Amino acid sequence: MSIQKSTTLNRLLTNIFIIVLGVSMLYPILWLIGASFKPSNMIFTDPGIWPETCTLENYGKGWQGIGIVGFDRFFLNSFTICILSSMANVMFCSLTAYAFARLNFAGKKFWFAVMLVTLMLPAHVTTIPRYIMFRTFGWINSFLPIIVPKFFATDAFFIFLLVQFIRGLPRDIDESATIDGCSKFGIYTRIILPLTVPALITTVLFSFLWTWDDFFNQLLYLTSPDKYTVPMGLRLFLDASGVSSWGPMFAMSVLSLVPAFILFFSLQKYFVRGIATTGIKG
Amino acid sequence: MNKTIRENLTSYAFLAPWLIGFFALTLYPMIYSLFLSFTQYSLRQPPQWIGLRNFITMFGGNDQIRGDERFLNSVSVTFKFVFVSVPLKLVFALLVAMLMNKKLRLIPLYRALYYIPTLLGGSVAIAVLWRRIFASDGLLNLILGGVFGLTDLPAWISNPKYALGTLIVLAVWQFGSPMIIFLAGLQQIPTEYYEASSVDGAGKLRQFFVITLPGLSPIIFFNFVMQMVTAFQSFTQAFIVSGGSGGPLDSTMFYSLYLYIKGFGFSEMGYAAAMAWVLLIIIALLTAGAFKISGNLVTYGSGE
Repeated sequence: MSIQKSTTLNRLLTNIFIIVLGVSMLYPILWLIGASFKPSNMIFTDPGIWPETCTLENYGKGWQGIGIVGFDRFFLNSFTICILSSMANVMFCSLTAYAFARLNFAGKKFWFAVMLVTLMLPAHVTTIPRYIMFRTFGWINSFLPIIVPKFFATDAFFIFLLVQFIRGLPRDIDESATIDGCSKFGIYTRIILPLTVPALITTVLFSFLWTWDDFFNQLLYLTSPDKYTVPMGLRLFLDASGVSSWGPMFAMSVLSLVPAFILFFSLQKYFVRGIATTGIKG
Repeated sequence: MNKTIRENLTSYAFLAPWLIGFFALTLYPMIYSLFLSFTQYSLRQPPQWIGLRNFITMFGGNDQIRGDERFLNSVSVTFKFVFVSVPLKLVFALLVAMLMNKKLRLIPLYRALYYIPTLLGGSVAIAVLWRRIFASDGLLNLILGGVFGLTDLPAWISNPKYALGTLIVLAVWQFGSPMIIFLAGLQQIPTEYYEASSVDGAGKLRQFFVITLPGLSPIIFFNFVMQMVTAFQSFTQAFIVSGGSGGPLDSTMFYSLYLYIKGFGFSEMGYAAAMAWVLLIIIALLTAGAFKISGNLVTYGSGE
């Protein structure tokens, strides 16, 4: 009886501890959300979360951006880049992963090792030559330098993730399909792809989020405000507007975090797999 | 046609996009940047071969050439950042994972909430927020001054003594990925180990050092290497928090930030390429070193 009581108490204390620690950890984000609804003169005097007077003015002002270009443009650009990148990653990383996981060919071990090495390679060693190359193509200030590499399966993380997943699928289905005369490409599109959907969702999820936050490449390649993405728009806003506009800045910051929130909470179980396989980024 | 030849052709057709990408977007750029690192190149004129001069400029060759002080400073700032933030992050991730390993009904919810900083922390929005939190009239000082009544509070972001610290806090705050990996690892350790040892009279602390840590050692090592490689390449947060300058007084001048400033601010492409290769070598050496040390420290299962 007393043991049971003490475990219940223990449990309660653990719960309270986790919640208190969690709230203090999330306090900056909660404060940001609260502050985005506060009138400008209240933001830096009030350390509390809940706005005493609630206003949507910051959102209206922020959405206008810097006048010539508004956040509607920045969001459209970000979504365009992220959706195309995710689609390209799904198509071409899965194609590569299928070859590594299921097909037999000369030099397979060698190329697989090469792929694993590119997984660890710091991006910096290719940054400058790629910039020079894309510049001669006339691709500066377009989305092409950010999107086109994804059509060549350059994100090795996803190849690795998908290879691991496809290896776990039973082989007898593709063997019987081969006997029935199905081609390799037929097996890939009709058998492997449908079975790989969970891992493909993980791929879409992480491609989208990483591309959304990929500030470095956007900074390098996007040079005029009408091509800017949301992170670039935020930075432009920060530089162009002085102390006066922290409210609109906060409002747009909150909006920029919304897609990540929605994806995370609707597709949570696919997250864990991605983290467990790659264990990186952040 | 011979069956194996046909199979090879089909396979390489599947592999073609990746192979083209590997040669055109990885291998060729790597070789080209190695070449550029021995040149002076401003994009306006063709690259000019200068031998080892970029590397000598970086590290200093003799008494006359003292080395690029801003470069050497960026190396030391980056090392400080990596080797303070990564161990702190892993310790924190492990402690939280152990907390999350308790059998409570709300654990899935808690796990999701504790992952939020990692989900959002890499964004420009959070970096902007960080700048406001640690400003002289920012949220932190508002709380320290208003709630705890402290005075003479520093402007954390614009003080060279504390600026790097704010970035370390930001990095440690994003402990979610190693936490989730640790949690998976903790669930793999058989509970009988703990039961047997508590019968033998082992306390919680002893259990942690005798069972938990050795059991997790391969995962700790994996997390350490991955986080280290990522931390060496950090860019966005330092760029936004310092307004693109690496300031105050170069105290947040990360390696990648200096590489960006040299290459794209001053158009010294050769020098920036040389820096990229030095970074590659540093990371490769540290990873190899970590693997060597891990041979003695990491206990893998009996391998049945």
